[in-house]
Amino acid sequence: MKKFIIKRILISIVILIFVAFIIYILMRCLPTSYLEQVARQKSMQPGSKSFEEWMAQLSATYGMDKGIIPGFIAWCGKAIVGNFGDSWKWTVPVVEKFHDAIWISFIMGAISFVLELIIAIPLGIISATKQYSKTDYTITIVALTCYSLPTFFFASLLKLVFSVKLGWFDLGGLIGRNFDHLSSWGQFWDRAAHLVLPIFTLVVISIGSLMRYTRTNMLEVLNADYIRTARAKGLSERRVIYHHAFRNTLIPIVTIVGGSLPGLFSGALITETLYSIPGIGYVSYQSMVAGDIPFSMFYLVFLAILTLLGNLISDILYAVVDPRVRIA
Amino acid sequence: MSEENKNLNTPDNNENSQEYSLNDDRRVKTLSPGRLVAKRFFRNRVAVTGLIILAFMFVFSFIGGWITPYAEDQLFYREDEQNKQYAGVTENTELRYVVAEGESFPALAQAQFYLAQKSGEEEFSALGKNYSYKEEGEDFYSLYSKDGKIPVLIAFASKTIVSSSTGNEKVPFDLQYELLHCLNAKEKSFELDGVKYEVDDDGVLTKGGEEIAYASQYVVQAIMGDVYLTRSFKEELIDAISIGDTEFVFTDEDGTTAEYTITYNAATKAYSVLQTVSTRVFDTYSPPSGAHWLGTDRNGMDMLTRLMYGGRVSLYIGFIVVIIESVIGVILGGISGYFGGWVDNLIMRIVDIFYCIPSMPIIIILGAAMDAMRMDPQLRMVWLMLILGFLGWAGIARLVRGQILSLREQEFMTATEATGIRVSRRIFKHLIPNVIPQLIVTMTMSLGSTILIEATLSFLGLGVKFPFASWGNIINDVNDTHVLTNYWFIWIPAGICLVATVLAFNLVGDGLRDAFDPKMKR
Repeated sequence: MKKFIIKRILISIVILIFVAFIIYILMRCLPTSYLEQVARQKSMQPGSKSFEEWMAQLSATYGMDKGIIPGFIAWCGKAIVGNFGDSWKWTVPVVEKFHDAIWISFIMGAISFVLELIIAIPLGIISATKQYSKTDYTITIVALTCYSLPTFFFASLLKLVFSVKLGWFDLGGLIGRNFDHLSSWGQFWDRAAHLVLPIFTLVVISIGSLMRYTRTNMLEVLNADYIRTARAKGLSERRVIYHHAFRNTLIPIVTIVGGSLPGLFSGALITETLYSIPGIGYVSYQSMVAGDIPFSMFYLVFLAILTLLGNLISDILYAVVDPRVRIA
Repeated sequence: MSEENKNLNTPDNNENSQEYSLNDDRRVKTLSPGRLVAKRFFRNRVAVTGLIILAFMFVFSFIGGWITPYAEDQLFYREDEQNKQYAGVTENTELRYVVAEGESFPALAQAQFYLAQKSGEEEFSALGKNYSYKEEGEDFYSLYSKDGKIPVLIAFASKTIVSSSTGNEKVPFDLQYELLHCLNAKEKSFELDGVKYEVDDDGVLTKGGEEIAYASQYVVQAIMGDVYLTRSFKEELIDAISIGDTEFVFTDEDGTTAEYTITYNAATKAYSVLQTVSTRVFDTYSPPSGAHWLGTDRNGMDMLTRLMYGGRVSLYIGFIVVIIESVIGVILGGISGYFGGWVDNLIMRIVDIFYCIPSMPIIIILGAAMDAMRMDPQLRMVWLMLILGFLGWAGIARLVRGQILSLREQEFMTATEATGIRVSRRIFKHLIPNVIPQLIVTMTMSLGSTILIEATLSFLGLGVKFPFASWGNIINDVNDTHVLTNYWFIWIPAGICLVATVLAFNLVGDGLRDAFDPKMKR
């Protein structure tokens, strides 16, 4: 087990380096960047240096004048000790901006994740136990509809209904207009109210796949021989499903849930952007569109790490939860 | 699917079965595996619904765009009535002083005259000069300087104003004075410097039949410098104002008719005249009507037509991207699964890398870069497809490899090896066809998700660009809160099309998976 984990971690690191390298090449090859904008602005000022001179100076300042491979090695060297440079767009260290933005994203992600589990797993199980019934069809169609909903369209609909027509929530942002005049309790509620629609969007959008996954696995388990044995023994249907079948369904579910835990930190790029929630997703979106290389680079590598971590966790969990799995 | 070659005893054959002996072949009906799958698929009502929606969407997008009378980027106009500031009218309620050339009648003198006139005195003085005045008629006074032996007419005060009929030049003092005199005395003509002038009841001054000036209590001024107001216009306008009309219609010499709205501003005691001009403007955000069933969009293009072409773009992109993904995925997955060993290891690590690359952010960055390069929209669409396809093949490669790993251990593969068939033929002729069922399911599902990704990008303004329509960039208008609130017909239909299409792909994919699954209960 230990050997397996170490091996997996080593492979992950190699993959990560390659991913980071590909991303670095991509960022460096971009035809325009934030630096050019800044240089253009500065060269516009009266009595200033020419655009080329500014560009050369800025490139040197930010280490963009080196070749791609030396540049990447320099970036790696700094990144290992946690120095990702200064964000060009936000003019603060990347890590600091990340720290400001990550928590709201995490809170949003965590709440919607818990809700997703609470809703999706029971529905998936009901759908599987009553296969081909009306309930199953309804749940299937609802699940697939949720899965097919474009985030932006659903969010716009929610905004139209709940913000414009009913006026219950603000259209976007994290705090209301009179936030500063509220008591600390009121401030908490204000923030909470602003998170209702984004979380609702996230839950609805992501609920479908987990529901389908639970259903498929439950069906597989229900077709297994030991379930037939359990029924043959004369156990009640309740006991068969919630004791024998459910526990075995949990194996793949736990692995997939464990594997998606790191994803809670990745932020919801589209949802946050639509609701103007200043989480990591929205901040990164603005950085990426502006061509802020240090921040985008950091965010992309961060996402890659989260994915690798998720895969690692689900592999390990798979072995831990299911004693039948032996690791070579 | 070889194990599916079993005979199926269908219920409708049971009745006839009594006539045949038990081992008679006619008792059983044989169905090919393909027909079995089709049969199971069509028994699934949800999946068939999905198929019907898809068929409708294809007809809507591909045939609809051909039937519709409008082009994808055809602009529509409408005549819009716009009120423009045209003229200002002030009713003269105060005496205005007109001073002869070379003379002066300062403001202090004007004030003294006013006092004298109120108290009934005939003479007054100001700034050391003596003046006298004579009331010529109602609100019409001649002002004389009495410093010399004989009083000299230096100015007159009147509430009626004389303006030139031919242009904006000033009418000579003498002529003005004589005209007002004439009007007061209700005479028809007068002579000045040997020239005969005629005056009519309305205060129009003519010289030899030609109109040169007129007198009126109203001051009419054009707001715009390049507009010259004709006398007949001014006259009709004043008539309308004196009746108290708020609207009037005027036809000028060229026969152009225009409507005017008159508003009175109590604070400045002035009327302002707004000309109602009909201008050709883009028919933007017009509500659904007979000509435009779903109204028009921000640019004045027909919404329904845009929706059809948008569907075409979305479906095209979906299909091409999925084909690119599958080609790369099947080739690499097939090679990896068949050869195993270091080839497999290498390809799988590449797959891992591609799995790890966060595709959405990368596409956003590339989209922003293409924006900065001002890439041609058509070329951009091609790039978008290539990028989406290139980033999405990893899943298919994994699927194909997994299937082939188990398939290559089976006897039929040993047989192909024994008969000495080429490796490429073994992979693509004998292994890949066995993966096709799963591949079709995955492709159908990823068609849906590709369309979603494309729509999201276009929504963010980083995917398909104007003038091309796509369902995503049609919904993009919603970023304007005004559109979100007021113009449902702009974005809701596009959203419904999008959801319906993606849902239909997922339903069909789901149905296919069930139909292909030999373990399925029914």
